[in-house]
Amino acid sequence: MEKRELTCIGCPLGCALTVSLEAGKVISVEGYTCKRGHDYGEKECTNPMRTVTSSVPVKNGVIPMVSVKTAADIPKGKILECMEAIHTATVRAPVHLGDIILADIAGTGVDLVATKTVGRR
Amino acid sequence: MAEGRKSMETALAIIGGGPAGLAAALAAREAGVEDILILERDSVLGGILNQCIHNGFGLHTFKEELTGPEYAYRFIKRVEEAGIPCLTDTMVVDLEEEEGEKYITAMNRKDGILTIRTKAIILAMGCRERPRGALNIPGFRPAGVYSAGTAQRLVNIEGKMPGRDVVILGSGDIGLIMARRMTLEGAKVHTVAEIMPYSGGLKRNIVQCLDDFGIPLKLSTTVVKIHGKERVEGVTLAKVDERMKPIPGTEEYIPCDTLLLSVGLLPENELTEELGAKMSPVTRGPLVNESMETSLSGVFACGNVLHVHDLVDFVSQEAALAGKAAAEWLKENGNNVTEADLVLEQAEKQETAAGRMQAEKTAITVEPGAHVRYTVPSKIRPDKAGEETLIRFRVDNVLKDHYLCVSYNGELISRKKKRILAPGEMEQVVIRHSDFEKYPELSRITVHIEAE
Amino acid sequence: MYDVLIIGGGVTGSAIARELSRYDLKTALFEKGEDVCSGTSKANSGIAHAGFDAAPGSWKAKMNIRGSRMLEELSRKLDFPYKRNGSLVLCFDEKDRPHLEKLLEQGKKNGVEGLEILEKKELLALEPALSEAVVCALHAPTGGIVCPFKLNIALAENAVVNGVEFHLKEGVLTVEKADFPEHAEGYRVVTEKGSYETRTVVNAAGLYGDAFHNQVSGEKLHITPRKGEYCLMDKKVGRLVSHTIFQMPTAMGKGVLVTPTVHGNLMVGPTAMDISDKEGVDTTAEGLDEVLKKAALSVKSLPKGVTITSFAGLRAHEDGDDFILGEVKDAPGFFDAVGIESPGLTSAPAIGEWMAERVVEKLRVTKKVEEKRDFQETRKDIPCIASMDPAEAAELIAENPAYGTVICRCEKVTEGEIIDAIRRPLGARSLDGIKRRTRAGMGRCQAGFCSTKVMEILARELGIPLEEVTKAGGDSRMLTGGER
Repeated sequence: MEKRELTCIGCPLGCALTVSLEAGKVISVEGYTCKRGHDYGEKECTNPMRTVTSSVPVKNGVIPMVSVKTAADIPKGKILECMEAIHTATVRAPVHLGDIILADIAGTGVDLVATKTVGRR
Repeated sequence: MAEGRKSMETALAIIGGGPAGLAAALAAREAGVEDILILERDSVLGGILNQCIHNGFGLHTFKEELTGPEYAYRFIKRVEEAGIPCLTDTMVVDLEEEEGEKYITAMNRKDGILTIRTKAIILAMGCRERPRGALNIPGFRPAGVYSAGTAQRLVNIEGKMPGRDVVILGSGDIGLIMARRMTLEGAKVHTVAEIMPYSGGLKRNIVQCLDDFGIPLKLSTTVVKIHGKERVEGVTLAKVDERMKPIPGTEEYIPCDTLLLSVGLLPENELTEELGAKMSPVTRGPLVNESMETSLSGVFACGNVLHVHDLVDFVSQEAALAGKAAAEWLKENGNNVTEADLVLEQAEKQETAAGRMQAEKTAITVEPGAHVRYTVPSKIRPDKAGEETLIRFRVDNVLKDHYLCVSYNGELISRKKKRILAPGEMEQVVIRHSDFEKYPELSRITVHIEAE
Repeated sequence: MYDVLIIGGGVTGSAIARELSRYDLKTALFEKGEDVCSGTSKANSGIAHAGFDAAPGSWKAKMNIRGSRMLEELSRKLDFPYKRNGSLVLCFDEKDRPHLEKLLEQGKKNGVEGLEILEKKELLALEPALSEAVVCALHAPTGGIVCPFKLNIALAENAVVNGVEFHLKEGVLTVEKADFPEHAEGYRVVTEKGSYETRTVVNAAGLYGDAFHNQVSGEKLHITPRKGEYCLMDKKVGRLVSHTIFQMPTAMGKGVLVTPTVHGNLMVGPTAMDISDKEGVDTTAEGLDEVLKKAALSVKSLPKGVTITSFAGLRAHEDGDDFILGEVKDAPGFFDAVGIESPGLTSAPAIGEWMAERVVEKLRVTKKVEEKRDFQETRKDIPCIASMDPAEAAELIAENPAYGTVICRCEKVTEGEIIDAIRRPLGARSLDGIKRRTRAGMGRCQAGFCSTKVMEILARELGIPLEEVTKAGGDSRMLTGGER
């Protein structure tokens, strides 16, 4: 059996959770003080997800970088792979908020989109 | 006004085109103010949100998680659609009031020195980061000591990395966000040191910016020396005692090339003070009433210039209230001035001034009690208050299972158990308008936290 | 073959260079830093001392008095900020009154004008913020404040305009006596970049003055770096006092002062601690603590939470406790300006004048030296938009819109001023260079907002990548993170 220590992010209380896992399945969550805490502990140990945000160079833009994000959460384990892909990207101005910068980033099925509009210089 | 200057007139000038200024402008327009001018020192609207490219903004306002630029864009778009004029790249250098008229001196490339005559002003200049000097951190003064926000601008806007081996002092949200940001961009963040025994940042940021990447958070720890004559070569950390004095023998040297500081935000109120508004020594912002109006009639304040907020959603809310109140004020104080009106207006002005004094007299004082550092507003005029008046405040310590109490004239009125209260989070209580009728003698509202 | 080589681009070396530039001479100055004013001259109290502290007859006394008298006119000619705000030396104990009277007598002997002892009541009327514990004070109406950077830079720029070569980033390694076939005796000066022949050498090397002196002379000198730590406070409290407030001097110096700066901040300091590292300009917790504690004695309450920066400077203290000025006995043609600690800043114009005369006298023995007819005696500083009349500022912006873009919010410094600072003779090459010339980054946010913008302007103007921009030259690059 595996035990994992987590801090709940549901509220400033930050309950210290102990999640017990058996073969990747959650057996118990301890230390939570509300349902949100229980659910967070379970999800964080089975399928943790994150949104990745960064920025990408823009050629000929009025500013040098355009901010980007994954259009939805991606698996936490894919963050670094996702960053590697972001580091290869460059775009040409103009870029509009919502434009897809990289489709299906790191095989997650999620697109990387611009979060800012950058006009041409 | 002096010759050689260009001049403009407006009914409502908003100083600052960040989230506060934008929301205030929109609310004022919705409330019927035609003549609005936003003055922004940067080349684009949106303020600091433009460099806050992480997500987590707007959950309260839009019920979805947006990044900073996306949140800003929603307001910028509406301001553009509403056709509210903005002067960007324009720095306000002086505010003054003369015979009831307000004059703004601003400068930019195109207009040179600009004098703007306005009826009302909304102050929305935001805040700045506390610099190293304010902490008196001993040591050399090499390159590589940055405030977290400066580093954020370099990485996110310029695409440049200030360094590779990083120590962060202060666990405010910007510091935490930058720990993750620098890590994702390939830097090694060795540690985040926090002088307090708790972090001022959101739990979510501690987990997702530090824990996710195995970055240690050292509480009750500070930087006691900066090493390196030209570029940072390392820092010495030490534990601090309960009086926040470094404990000898606990020093630890960490080699690094960059020290980021996230040690607090200070409202930027130099203009406010020059204008003569009464200030709060706690928030370092002006004192305001229920309408976000400062001690100066027709001068309103909102957002981080008033008090440093935790969430931008609350900035937008507060700014909308200021915008609406400014619109009301303009209605009462004559929106448009013509020569013929002047005599009449003078008489009216005296009347409003008398009315104002009366209102000030009957205003209810709002004051912080035990464990509450300040309240915004600090005065409520019942006849001007809406259905609900929000009192925002911050507590002075991490308090578990305490009671949030409100007293009227010293008499306990409400008491609500809170599982957790933390200095990093803004708290609020609501005062209902019906209470003003229910308690006609009410002159003092106290917000306080009790253990039992 | 040079006529004069000057070692050191601090305020002393620059003053000497400027005075020598009146003459038709081939003069060069070597500075190891990337800018002038990068050692002792950049980190001091910025005080134009009245001249009562030094022992009558000493070099310090003579040069101080002369310098103090020269500064006002010089500030008009060379356009640097100077203000005669007067100074007070506080006495907190009736039994110390004789010391104060002695100081008064000494001042009179030195030739300080207008000295008087003021009693408590007058003092508190004059400076209401003074501590109630004050008994009496020595008032010196001729005391003043000056911007040390701008004084140093003005002197250096004026010297450059008048033909002195400034070799920055070129530290001198050795100086040795040499016989040149056609010119008789002189010196060979070897720097980090080359070897130079010269008739005379002026040693204005600050903390390293002893090292160069000792290379050519048998009578050894010894300089101890004496550290002084300071706190600079927000302009909000810049009017706490209007005079420069001293406490009774001690053997280690003039004690901790509280003073307005010429730019409107409040400054407190310095400590006085002898150390061994000549580059040891680090502040210490104890030092800063001491500064605040001692300064608090002079005033009713020292403002809290308004410190915007702290720094340390090193004074070049020579064992003999006086300036060492003039031709070295056993090294003809080698001139010392050594041990220039307080009141060195005030004395600089006088040392420059006196030293230039001595050097010219020496050179005239072997060659004809004429005064230049086209000597440019005046210099205009970078325009300061923030303190300008609005109509004048508007005109300037109309001419050049860059003066309309504010880069440093706190000090309201515009892009135009920053570009000027880079393009001038001896232009700024680093953030610190910009800061000392324009005050961009000197304000309450300490460059939090403007540093990235100033970096961009520097990179653009100098045609270098952002990664090459430094805080103060050398290895002080602002961006060391490489590619993202």
